[in-house]
Amino acid sequence: MPTKPAGTLYRGREGQWSWVGHRITGVVIFFFLLVHVLDTSLVRVSPEAYTAVIGAYKNPLMGLGEAGLVAAIVFHAYNGLRIIAVDFWKNGPKYQRQLLWGVLGLWVITMVPFLIRHLSIVFSPITGGH
Amino acid sequence: MATTTIPSPRSGKVKYSRNRGSGSSFEMLAWLFMRLSGVVLVVLIFGHLFVNLMAGDGIHAIDFGFVAGKWASPFWQVWDLAMLWLAMLHGTNGVRTIINDYAERNGTRLTLKTVLYIASFVILVLGTLVIFTFDPCPAGAVTDLPSFCPAP
Ligand code: HEM
Repeated sequence: MPTKPAGTLYRGREGQWSWVGHRITGVVIFFFLLVHVLDTSLVRVSPEAYTAVIGAYKNPLMGLGEAGLVAAIVFHAYNGLRIIAVDFWKNGPKYQRQLLWGVLGLWVITMVPFLIRHLSIVFSPITGGH
Repeated sequence: MATTTIPSPRSGKVKYSRNRGSGSSFEMLAWLFMRLSGVVLVVLIFGHLFVNLMAGDGIHAIDFGFVAGKWASPFWQVWDLAMLWLAMLHGTNGVRTIINDYAERNGTRLTLKTVLYIASFVILVLGTLVIFTFDPCPAGAVTDLPSFCPAP
């Protein structure tokens, strides 16, 4: 009597966890986007209002939040392409696990240079007349 | 561990008979839209993040003048408009799926989706209006104007 079906695409392991990650990042990005459109809309109120609110974002804590958000978007983007490959490429379902390792590898390759650049800006003093 | 192989979808051995003849192809189109918009969004969002966070002075450079400088060009207006619409429709449809998955009572589902659609509609209209009615050199403003504005 089999108690644990094996080879099922989305039960446990890489398939299911990538789905959980895709779902959580999707919702997080969506709620961020609502707020992001609202804060950008302040350019229509006045230059002072916009620059004041953006100025309030310019601190290390928000900088770390931005880094987390970019990490979420980059994962969602690459894993989204993996989902598309699983759906449309004839060998996609067979290689969905390997594709996930590809997603995670590309994610690291993208995030390392991004974090070096972004965090060095965030943790350097604000220069110029802003 | 013996592995059961699953025939890939549409391989001929698998016949789906779910929803036969239900009439509406809305869900199929929504499924397709998630994939098509996803591919385009990768380009739009990665370009957006690169130009705003990595190029130049990075996020420190962002102020009114930065936004005004971008939206003075139709290129970035169209870019941002496409990104706004695709991301909002993609995100709204994604959250709709999630609500359908977890909210079991009919009333809860209806309420959550109503709130979702209203919020998305407001954000889409607001964002679109902001991009199209934007004035990079508003009268009376003095700070952070882009350099091409006439001196006040
Ligand atoms: C960067 C490019 C993006 C790609 C390649 C992408 C790709 C995808 C794909 C393929 C799906 C699966 C749809 C399905 O299972 O039928 C999906 C789901 C989803 N996406 Fe995206 N997406 C991207 C950006 C975004 C953005 C910007 C948001 C938020 C505004 C978002 C929010 C969601 C949500 C909430 C879901 C539903 C998740 C679920 O049902 O578990 N995505 N995405």
